[in-house]
Amino acid sequence: MFSFHAIFFPQWATLRMERGAKEKNHHLYKPYSNGIIAKEPSSLEQEIHELRGSANSLRSEPEFEMADIFYFCRRGVESIVDDEVTKRFSAQELESWNLLTRSNYNFRHISVRLSALWGLGVLIRYGFLLPLRSEFALWHSVSFRLRTYLSEKVHLICYRICVRALTAIITYHNRENKPKNGGICVANHTTPIDVIILANDGCYSMVGQVHGGLMGIIQRAMVKSSPHIWFERSEVKDRHHVAKRLGDHVADKTKQPILIFPEGTCINNTSVMMFKKGSFEIGCTVYPVAIKYDPRFGDAFWNSSKFGIVNYLLRMMSSWAIVCSVWYLPPMNREEGEDAVQFANRVKAAIAAQGGLVDLLWDGGLKRAKVKDAFKEEQQKLYSKFVVNKTCLFENICSHRCISKG
Amino acid sequence: MKISPAHIIRLYDRFEFLDKEGSGQLRLEDFAEVKELAMNPIGDRIIGAFFSPGQETVDFPSFVRILAHFRPTDKNRAKDSTQPEPVNSRTSKLKFAFQLYDQDRDGKISRAELLQVLREMLGMQVTEEQLESIADRAIQEADLDRDDAISFEEFRKSLEKVNIEHKMSIRFLR
Repeated sequence: MFSFHAIFFPQWATLRMERGAKEKNHHLYKPYSNGIIAKEPSSLEQEIHELRGSANSLRSEPEFEMADIFYFCRRGVESIVDDEVTKRFSAQELESWNLLTRSNYNFRHISVRLSALWGLGVLIRYGFLLPLRSEFALWHSVSFRLRTYLSEKVHLICYRICVRALTAIITYHNRENKPKNGGICVANHTTPIDVIILANDGCYSMVGQVHGGLMGIIQRAMVKSSPHIWFERSEVKDRHHVAKRLGDHVADKTKQPILIFPEGTCINNTSVMMFKKGSFEIGCTVYPVAIKYDPRFGDAFWNSSKFGIVNYLLRMMSSWAIVCSVWYLPPMNREEGEDAVQFANRVKAAIAAQGGLVDLLWDGGLKRAKVKDAFKEEQQKLYSKFVVNKTCLFENICSHRCISKG
Repeated sequence: MKISPAHIIRLYDRFEFLDKEGSGQLRLEDFAEVKELAMNPIGDRIIGAFFSPGQETVDFPSFVRILAHFRPTDKNRAKDSTQPEPVNSRTSKLKFAFQLYDQDRDGKISRAELLQVLREMLGMQVTEEQLESIADRAIQEADLDRDDAISFEEFRKSLEKVNIEHKMSIRFLR
């Protein structure tokens, strides 16, 4: 159908572009997807040892060396040129262009032929795909409000319609692991469309803040058909209240699994950031889900600081298609002796491994917040072990000097 | 390794990315936005190295000029005293590091300046007395003319066995 053409067209176009570039022996500029500089994966300890080793024979006593500054200096300049965190909050860069101007960051080699192709693409996307999809969405948002007290079947039908409205091509893997009642489904978060992608294949209860505007209307309509958990802004601060409501919901085995995005914010689908531990404290079975979008057909990432929701939806509906893969991972439970944070990290690692995403310890909240001093102190603590003997508190009493470990 | 136009374009993209206001110049606040830099104990000092004395902004050529210090050294360069010292030579890298210590740019690392750097690198992890004794010992070892400060030549001598070319170099990926 038209989805076939929507996929075929940009692939063919990119191949032509690449071939054209090769023919003329131009250096086709491929934007960095993994970083511009080579970063040594070595730790502070390794590097300080190397610095010291070349200066003098390794001393047994910890001491300060003038050369130590080189480590921090180089790391600092590396961060300025390319850091792991800030690039996660803007759209991922592509290897080849997909004929969407919005994805055109650095492609400077654009021939007449390519411009013509792009022009044709614009015609197809705005003249054909966008009106068709808007029509779908409009027609069914009207019937949305009529949809009260209807069963699961209809819920699924409606989400499938949304999926058609976006021309989302979703591949579900391992559906035998689909989340069951009385559990929590956690997934990495890239865009509000994640909800549609997952709800297309199963019924979930959503959790979130009560919004105004278009989102608010949608939320109120959704509640009429199945139990969702919407919080007032004031309630969100009260963690116990939140935990209690979630706990009550999972305890009721007739209720659908809750869908939660523990990152707390949209990340650009190249990495998974720190999971907030709240959902992992409740003590029920967690069903991890990994979602990976193919950025070549349309970048699904919602940069909420740059675009509003309506602008974003418009961009989505005029892209080629939303192509993604969803992997249902086997359910996980908190193990003996594991605290919520460790459990959260374990789930995160599983999701990152499945989706081919980078597993980062950084907090998604860094999108808007400042880096805490605790990080700097960590570095200082690590370094100080090379410079001073940490004498034990009871130095006057003990006859020996102990060196603190860890 | 040669720097290609593609590398410069990437650096410019990074510059534009950091330049949140789109003014074509970077300010202190723009550097401070880099999260990883905020956790570097001498982060502020490194940011300062990009700004010439009295300047409040950094334009792209200056940005690249500072970064050029970190190009890997060209080992095969013939020593030619008529040519100006390349910005990525061992001496230039040493000078860059020296200036991180010598903030008032008087050509000497005074005891007070050394203490300041140590305080930044170690924070609350050591006591005042420990800091003082570390500084004392460092000066004792490096200060050859006994003027209670470390000049650039003394600095260079104390680091003659360190593989600076490797430690102060950043390689571009292809």
